[in-house]
Amino acid sequence: MTAKPPPSLVTPWGWARRTLFYSPASLLATLLIAWLLLMAAPPLLEWLLFKASFRAPDAQSCREAGGACWAFIREKYRLILFGTYPYDEQWRPLLATVALIAAIVGTGVRRFQGRGLFALWGFTLLAVAVLMWGGVLGLTFVENVRWGGLPLTLILSTFGIAFAFPIGVLLALGRRSRMPAIKAICVAYIELIRGVPLISLLFMSSVMLPLFLPEGISIDKLLRAQIAIIMFAAAYIAEIVRGGLQSIPRGQYEGAQSIGLTYWQQMRKVILPQALKVVIPPLVGTFIALFKDTSLVVIIGIFDLTQAAKAALADPAWTGFGVEAYLFIGLIYFIFCYSISKYSRSLERHLARGHDTAASK
Amino acid sequence: MKSRHRAPFRFSWQHPEFRAVLYQIIVVGLVALAAWYLVSNTLHNLATRNIATGFAFLDREAGFAIGESVIDYSPSDTYRRAILVGLVNTLRVSIVALVFATILGVIVGIARLSANWLVSRLATAYVEFIRNVPLLLQLLIWYAFIGEVLPGPRSALNPLPGVYMSNRGLLAPAVEGTSLSGISVGLVIAAIAVFLVARHQRTRQRATGVQSRLWPWVLGLCLIMPSLGWLLGGQDIHLDLPHRSGFNFEGGWAFSPELFALLIGLITYTAGFIAEIVRAGIQSVSRGQWEAAQSMGLPRGRILRLVILPQALRVIVPPTTSQYLNVIKNSSLAVAIGYPDLVSVVNTTLNQTGQAIEGILIIMAAFMTVSLAVSLLMNWYNKRIALVER
Repeated sequence: MTAKPPPSLVTPWGWARRTLFYSPASLLATLLIAWLLLMAAPPLLEWLLFKASFRAPDAQSCREAGGACWAFIREKYRLILFGTYPYDEQWRPLLATVALIAAIVGTGVRRFQGRGLFALWGFTLLAVAVLMWGGVLGLTFVENVRWGGLPLTLILSTFGIAFAFPIGVLLALGRRSRMPAIKAICVAYIELIRGVPLISLLFMSSVMLPLFLPEGISIDKLLRAQIAIIMFAAAYIAEIVRGGLQSIPRGQYEGAQSIGLTYWQQMRKVILPQALKVVIPPLVGTFIALFKDTSLVVIIGIFDLTQAAKAALADPAWTGFGVEAYLFIGLIYFIFCYSISKYSRSLERHLARGHDTAASK
Repeated sequence: MKSRHRAPFRFSWQHPEFRAVLYQIIVVGLVALAAWYLVSNTLHNLATRNIATGFAFLDREAGFAIGESVIDYSPSDTYRRAILVGLVNTLRVSIVALVFATILGVIVGIARLSANWLVSRLATAYVEFIRNVPLLLQLLIWYAFIGEVLPGPRSALNPLPGVYMSNRGLLAPAVEGTSLSGISVGLVIAAIAVFLVARHQRTRQRATGVQSRLWPWVLGLCLIMPSLGWLLGGQDIHLDLPHRSGFNFEGGWAFSPELFALLIGLITYTAGFIAEIVRAGIQSVSRGQWEAAQSMGLPRGRILRLVILPQALRVIVPPTTSQYLNVIKNSSLAVAIGYPDLVSVVNTTLNQTGQAIEGILIIMAAFMTVSLAVSLLMNWYNKRIALVER
């Protein structure tokens, strides 16, 4: 029996035969999914777009239209994006958000990577602090209880990563240390933190930290949540960095030792640069997870994006549009996380090519 | 290594062992100092606020109601009972979510690699959307969807006979009757028997090469054993169909909107992550294995089951263990939509009693125990399937 040549991919019919019904099971799956899509797509599109109200004077006319009420987002987007920040000053959090995003993008562009990054981040964080707090350069002072929305989400996650990363690296080194006492402390910390949900750490920071501190000293709620996030992220980063450290062959340690480098010189100049390069993909994964996890601060009432949406939903004139509000925020999160993970994949491909790109420069 | 020359111990900064000892003393000292400082502050604060320490509060009356519980509970029960209710709720959600997330995850993971364009694109879109939106937000979306978009009980959706979906949650037919326990015991015995027969057949095939059929055994045991249970258990089993009564439903198996949203959210979210693990695991098996199996004339389904999956499992199981631990920890997000899990109940307790330290200790101990049990189980399984090298 001679086999027929496979159908061409160029013609639509050939493409369909190769990709949609190449076997009875495949035909069945195609038909099933096509049927499901035909059932689900029209009502979904109708709700999302065709019957949705993009402009509406009030909630009642939205409800009568029967679709999604995007007019609610149009009405409340400033509250959702910037929380209760003074209305006239909202250009400041907007500018801070743009600066943070620019710094994140700048970090991702390979051409800028190097020592300049520290300067970039130092400057950005300073600018963000000045813009958000004010009190200098003729800007009015804004207490951080009034911060909210997207800038707060970005601040919590970028500061969280910035501080958790060095702590995580130290913990990983401690866990690999030959000194039993230091190793034990690091192992206990990492396992304890990784064993409990972030929420319980946030509760702990909101209920227990005030008990720990001497009378008269109090840390504000935002900083307490930030500390909990840093503590949490450091343990996860430590485990990933440990994986990287384990992948470095013994010869590298011995080589570094033999040229007389001290422990910290060995780590800083020889081991860590290689170990961190290996673990970039899982590190980026952890950063994305951390960015998503900052949404949990809503549980202790901090005004991040989700809490700001809840505040917008609490307006009695516009109740009952939770799905729209949360979908809007979900879209914001999706744009951030999806771009970072796309970038991570391109970075992975770049690193997989490794040496030849270095040679071609 | 053993024969390495060791300098005699000296109290000198030049001596590495002396330095190591000194560093450790400094670090342990600092940690102890910090701990002492925090503990003394805490004791002082507790004393000035008149909060008693210790777990005596567990025996006091809780006085708050819990929306749903598997075991009996009323507000006049103790805090101990209330916390137990929370723990059971956490375990119930985690176990159900775990099982269904695994099933959905494996299906989606295999679907992502399907040669069918429609199937793989749909699976990819699912994974990308699910993984890039915070779980908390997904839970809130599901909860809002159930509360706002689904109709009221009067015009509840009825996708299957006996199943109703409305803004009061999901209702499904419940199985009731006195012989229910007999039938379940029969099923368990049948499962154990099938397992033993399968193991016997496998050893025999390894020893003699004789292949024997398993499915007649499965069919027979699964029919006979539960029927025996039905006969011995009083021959009573019936479906309790939910039916409309006034403004609400009666009978059947009811999922509250909170539980319903939490389960859907946890299952779909975790499945997205498990799907990626499964995909990576299958892709880690070299193409040659597929081609070799194909050349022996095995059909695709059997190649996947007999050749690819056993090898892929070695890559799949360790990260899946972390996902399982994540499901258990993520179930604590229940507090955001008002499902009374362990964290939510303990939080209420410590708001009422001020026993913050004890509350956090209970949460930590509970999660540590459950996580440890899951890790042990999964590590045991991992060891069983691991590659045995010479």
